[in-house]
Amino acid sequence: MSNILQEIGINNYIYLSVLLFCVGVLGILFRRSAIVMLMSVELMLASANMLLAVFSVYHQDASGQVFVVFSMAVAAAEVAVGLAILVAIFRNIGSIDIEKLKNLKG
Amino acid sequence: MITIIFYILATVTLGTAILTVLSKHPVHSAVYMIVCFFSIAGHFLMLNALFLSVVHIIVYTGAVMILLLFTLMLMNLNEDHAPKKKVASRIAAVISTCLTAFVLLAVLLKSNTVIDTYRAENIDFASVKVIGQVLLNEYLVPFEFASILLIASMVGAVLVSKREKKA
Repeated sequence: MSNILQEIGINNYIYLSVLLFCVGVLGILFRRSAIVMLMSVELMLASANMLLAVFSVYHQDASGQVFVVFSMAVAAAEVAVGLAILVAIFRNIGSIDIEKLKNLKG
Repeated sequence: MITIIFYILATVTLGTAILTVLSKHPVHSAVYMIVCFFSIAGHFLMLNALFLSVVHIIVYTGAVMILLLFTLMLMNLNEDHAPKKKVASRIAAVISTCLTAFVLLAVLLKSNTVIDTYRAENIDFASVKVIGQVLLNEYLVPFEFASILLIASMVGAVLVSKREKKA
């Protein structure tokens, strides 16, 4: 069983993951639509998942991949609750622009 | 050969991720994000993690993105009449992202891996059988807690998004 990390090297996977995470950070900071921010959170979670899987292959241990499964379950739960909150906000305010969510500011 | 496939997949992943963040219409963002998640599933496939690849496609493109698209269509958003974000805050966002990338890459470029020469041994660690055994022997209790978390979030999502009756 030839291993992919011998051909590509773990460094390239780490750089890809870091760059994907930074794109997610850019999405959080750059956009003001709450639903796109939720998508950016998903991007960051996906990049972390990918790095976990890569290190699971690197150490030849199945625990990393099991942890990715748990992380995906948590991400799915987070998206469900987040979208429900967004729907409730949209029903009350009429937009999901985060600049308008200033009711708690005095 | 496999290196070329890796670079193509990485380009697709990063490109569609950037397009997700930058496209004006949220539906376009969602569609680009589906492509991005498919390419990440391709990465999992290349890492020989078949179970993760299939689960990633099912959970993310099957469940999460459908949920996102349904919500988008429910809201009927138009980005056009929304006022633009201030230029100063956009510049600040780009600068802070570049700084984050700089710090992370600067740390990781100089670091060495623990294992110098990587040697693949003939252990089966990524097949569905092995993952199932590890999941249900070693991590049985977290597995059950994950199911509790999922049902709690399901009930919570229904409760939060339910229309309240006017008393």
